[in-house]
Amino acid sequence: MEVNTKAYGKIDIDERQIITFPSGIPGFESLKKFALLDAAQQPFYWLQSLDVQEIAFVMISPLLFKPNYNVQLSEQELEELNLSEFPNEEALLFAIVTIPENQAKMTANLQGPVIINKHTKTGRQFIHSDVQWKTKHYILDELASVRNEAC
Amino acid sequence: MLILARKINESINIGDKIEVSIIDIRGDQVKVGIKAPKEVKVFRREVYEAIQSENLIASKASKNLPTIDNLLKDKKDPAE
Repeated sequence: MEVNTKAYGKIDIDERQIITFPSGIPGFESLKKFALLDAAQQPFYWLQSLDVQEIAFVMISPLLFKPNYNVQLSEQELEELNLSEFPNEEALLFAIVTIPENQAKMTANLQGPVIINKHTKTGRQFIHSDVQWKTKHYILDELASVRNEAC
Repeated sequence: MLILARKINESINIGDKIEVSIIDIRGDQVKVGIKAPKEVKVFRREVYEAIQSENLIASKASKNLPTIDNLLKDKKDPAE
C-alpha cells in the first residue's frame, strides 16, 4: 500500500510494516498507526505516523551502544503487548533518537524504550523504572567506548 | 479531584491493593510511601513529562539522517 512519509515522500510499503500503538506515544496520544521502516542510513529506523506525514521518529537499537541495556516489563505491560516474556524473539526493542542541528550530538531516549510485538504488530513506549536510564544518552560517545572495548 | 487532609503516618487506600502513606513532612517537601502490586507502575509525574517533551523534540528531526560511521570518523579526526 502507498503511504506518505516524511523522509521518502510517497512510498509503497508492505502491510506487515504497519504497527498499531493502542495508547499512542506520549505527546502524540492520538496517533495510533505507524509504519516501521528501515532508514536508508543504517542502523536507523523510521517510525512513521500514518496519520500525519510530518510526524516520524528516528529509532535505533539501544543494544548497539549499550549492550547491557534491558527492560523489565510488568505482567500488565507484557499483557498489553501480548508477550509471555521479555526479551523475546517476538519482540523488537528500540530507543527513539533525537538529532539536533549538530548531528554528532544525537541522543537516544533510554528512559522511554519502544517495544514492538512483531507478531501482533502492536507497539508501546514504556517508562523505564530504573533511574539510571535517561531521556538523553549520547549515542556517538557510547558507541565509541563500546568499539574501543571491543578492540 | 478528591482532596484529603492527612497527617504524618496516616495513609490513604486506593482500591484494596494500593496504600499511600505520608512518611514525613519537612518545609515544602512531603515524603510519600507507596505500597502497590508489581503490575502497577509508580513514577514521578516529571518522568512522563520528560518523555513527552523528548518525543516532541525527536519528532522534529530533519529527514536527512547521518550515517553513524561518518559521524564516528569525524569524531576521531576532527580536523578533516
